[in-house]
Amino acid sequence: MLAQTDLSRLIFGRLTLDALPLHVPIVLWTFVVVAIGALALLGTITYFKLWGYLWREWFTSIDHKRIGIMYMILGFVMLLRGFADAIMMRAQQAVSFGDNLGYLPPEHYDQIFTAHGVIMIFFVAMPMVTGMMNFVMPLQIGARDVAFPFLNNFSFWMTVAGAMLVMSSLFVGEFARTGWLAYPPLSDIVSSPDAGVDYYIWALQIAGVGTLLSGINLLVTIVKMRAPGMTMMKMPVFTWTALCTNVLIVAAFPVLTAVLALLALDRYAGTNFFTTELGGNAMMYVNLIWIWGHPEVYILVLPAFGIFSEVTATFSRKPLFGYTSMVYATVVITVLSYLVWLHHFFTMGSGASVNSFFGITTMIISIPTGAKIFNWLFTMYRGRVAFEVPMMWTVAFMVTFVIGGMTGVLLAVPPADFSLHNSLFLVAHFHNVIIGGVLFGLFAGITYWFPKAFGFRLDPFWGKCAFWFWVVGFYFAFMPLYVLGLMGVTRRLSHFVDPSLRIWFELAAFGALLILCGIGCMIVQFVVSFRRREALRDTTGDPWDGRTLEWSTSSPPPKYNFAFTPRVHDHDAWWMMKRYRYQRPLDGFVPIHMPLNTGAGIVMAGLSFVFGFAMVWYMWLLAIVSFAALLVVAIAHTFDYHRDYYLSADEVRRVEATRTELLARHV
Amino acid sequence: MSMKALRAPLLSLAFLLAGCQSVLMSPSGDLAVQQRNLILTSTVLMLLIIVPVIVLTLWFAWHFRASNPKAHYDPEWDHSTILELLIWSAPLLIIIALGAITWVSTHKLDPYRPLDRLAAGRPLPTDARPLVVDVVALDWKWLFIYPEQGMAAVNEVAAPVDRPIQFKITASTVMNSFFVPALAGQIYAMPNMETTLQAVVNRPGEYQGFSANYSGNGFSGMHFTFHGMSEEDFARWVAQAKANGGDLSRDAYVKLAQPSENVPPAFYATVAPGLYQAILTHCVQPDDPSCLSRMQAPLPGGEAGMPSHPNSSD
Repeated sequence: MLAQTDLSRLIFGRLTLDALPLHVPIVLWTFVVVAIGALALLGTITYFKLWGYLWREWFTSIDHKRIGIMYMILGFVMLLRGFADAIMMRAQQAVSFGDNLGYLPPEHYDQIFTAHGVIMIFFVAMPMVTGMMNFVMPLQIGARDVAFPFLNNFSFWMTVAGAMLVMSSLFVGEFARTGWLAYPPLSDIVSSPDAGVDYYIWALQIAGVGTLLSGINLLVTIVKMRAPGMTMMKMPVFTWTALCTNVLIVAAFPVLTAVLALLALDRYAGTNFFTTELGGNAMMYVNLIWIWGHPEVYILVLPAFGIFSEVTATFSRKPLFGYTSMVYATVVITVLSYLVWLHHFFTMGSGASVNSFFGITTMIISIPTGAKIFNWLFTMYRGRVAFEVPMMWTVAFMVTFVIGGMTGVLLAVPPADFSLHNSLFLVAHFHNVIIGGVLFGLFAGITYWFPKAFGFRLDPFWGKCAFWFWVVGFYFAFMPLYVLGLMGVTRRLSHFVDPSLRIWFELAAFGALLILCGIGCMIVQFVVSFRRREALRDTTGDPWDGRTLEWSTSSPPPKYNFAFTPRVHDHDAWWMMKRYRYQRPLDGFVPIHMPLNTGAGIVMAGLSFVFGFAMVWYMWLLAIVSFAALLVVAIAHTFDYHRDYYLSADEVRRVEATRTELLARHV
Repeated sequence: MSMKALRAPLLSLAFLLAGCQSVLMSPSGDLAVQQRNLILTSTVLMLLIIVPVIVLTLWFAWHFRASNPKAHYDPEWDHSTILELLIWSAPLLIIIALGAITWVSTHKLDPYRPLDRLAAGRPLPTDARPLVVDVVALDWKWLFIYPEQGMAAVNEVAAPVDRPIQFKITASTVMNSFFVPALAGQIYAMPNMETTLQAVVNRPGEYQGFSANYSGNGFSGMHFTFHGMSEEDFARWVAQAKANGGDLSRDAYVKLAQPSENVPPAFYATVAPGLYQAILTHCVQPDDPSCLSRMQAPLPGGEAGMPSHPNSSD
């Protein structure tokens, strides 16, 4: 009997049937619905015999464009999950007053706000930003792919593995109840003995490997693979922001990895880095996590700034105003983002001089950011502003973001922060900049580059519906939170005493419903656009009369992006080429060296998922086996010498001839 | 566009109405009043640049729309040295002003700094002695120990109006944040560490206090009432607590520190000597492995020292 228990512990660790949510109706029904949905999806793929196609053309693809698109899909799917969490919180806070405790007990509510933050940052914003850079940047610099194509595929699947680990916590065990940054002592083994924090640690560690490798990859790509003639100061602004973001990723993510490793050691090995025992100190964790956390904010928002720069210039039919100052502003923000982390905890008791130093460095960031806003303003000035959907997002961003910037600078004044810290004012502030900055930017970028990726535009009617629902919904959802913050309401509460607050929470819940309609419109937009794709077809490759190199190739671009590497003479390279009546070469093609697809990335990420799951549940045997297997696959992959091929000149000629024909038909 | 143009003033009106009555905008303690003034000054200073930017954004976007034939189109114009100087220096000037305000106010309103006034125009009387209150954030309630009065209270705290209060704040297990919005700003409560808040209440009344840092299951119910009282009422409050309360011995504290939620106010007539210091150093139970007194006393700044060597007694 004893031997049997030992054996089951060896195999299953601390995972027992109790970890399945059979006794919690809400989660059980969610599981049933998700399971039915997943089975339907898998069944459809099987029915249409798509597995082979998906495996060959997508899952194992090392084409930066396809990987970029897969990142965007991952981000959008996780947005639905993260938003489901959001709407549950808004509903709970709108009803839970006085005797009514709402429908979510604290142990659920606390998981939900933790999961919402983790998912929205790590598995929505990060994949979407990375996907955007992956798809657009190589095209903008005239490259055929990223520097390390296999690494790119591996990075993507590691992000998926992290996301799957978070998702499995919904149905096996529970997620962390610590807030999205899991401060100790709350996240230590004494206060959080269950598997929640371990899911958090391993999901972020696995996804973090992907993010770091992708950062290195894109950084090297920008440094080494620009088209001849494209000096640094001739790079498109989006590429500049991608460069700075990846510098930040490479410098910041190792800190996250280290701090989570220390937390894991505290939890697994009984060390005392962040405990209150034996000289450990939780304040170190708070410092370290924000030394990663603040640059992370700029990792997300810089590419969004880049998108707005491209969109504003294109739709104003003018070059970007103040290119040089835009570049310097970006670089200044990159450097300064490392000098402000302490503003996240002015209230931890550091002295007045330390607090003022970090308060003032934080304010200084608003100078280059302000300069950027003015640059976009003066790009519109004397322009011909076409109000296509991406431009609408940009104008909404400019109005919304400056409000968020203002409340941010207010929070950077330490004595003001003593009153507003951790309040709903703070929650309103960071949603104001992340939704108003990052998400609006991503939506502008998705609409802008969609025709490049798929060969047809998104339907503008549904795009405008989504736009208005989102923007109005945003104001309804978050302006009341500013008011509540001034009323002294703190965040992460699942129940309130004072009934006079209720109206504001109801307004916020209404705003969340409007945003739900916005998301609904987006889904409808994708379906409608796909059905009307012939009417929305982009035959020219340049549907918006663009300025940068990605618009010089076909939509969607061929595998090799450019038959000949373009030569660059100025920024806005494609605009210049158009002005000087550039003729597309129709002959003289040469074979193109291409990387070969490989399944190693998805296999290694799958093994990492198994390893993470095993570590969460203390299944030591499985952990050792999966980690060993991971090493074996990684080493075996290095012996795979069959990694590239040449696309013959005839094939290139055939692809280019098809495009010539298409262009001729639609002059 | 018109919808958007309407929305902004309407919202800001609602904002103003709600904002004026809110506790942060009409507080009752001098520190919170100064923080309110600082919030207003900074906001006005920033609106100097935010409002023109929003107006210009909407105006440029509208005026230079592609369908407006009257708008001047200059497809080559992308640089102007004067404008560039302006767009960097305008925010710079605002930030210089705001930075100066920040430096001064952060030092003046430092929660550790002893008060030098009771309210605007009312300097601190020379004989003023602060009322010391030791605050302990427990799972999930607040314990207030009055060393001078020799009593303690759970989830209720009182202080005489216009007498400086010195809160010494720590926590039993996890991080919390001690916050009475009407009184003063918040400060973290952390185990093994002590933070300080110097404050004063200027108007009698009952004010909400709570933890402003999420600390686990019972967090939502972790609130207390702060009473601003006249000297006589405060004396009566203490006497009543002493008459009705039990004894807060070390054993009683250990029992109290067990996790519990939505705890009603309770009072203790006596407090075991040195209890707060013992809580701060984790030495309430002498065999606690994390007891700091067996390692090194906490530094005056409140930060716990590093152990010289972990000498386990078992």
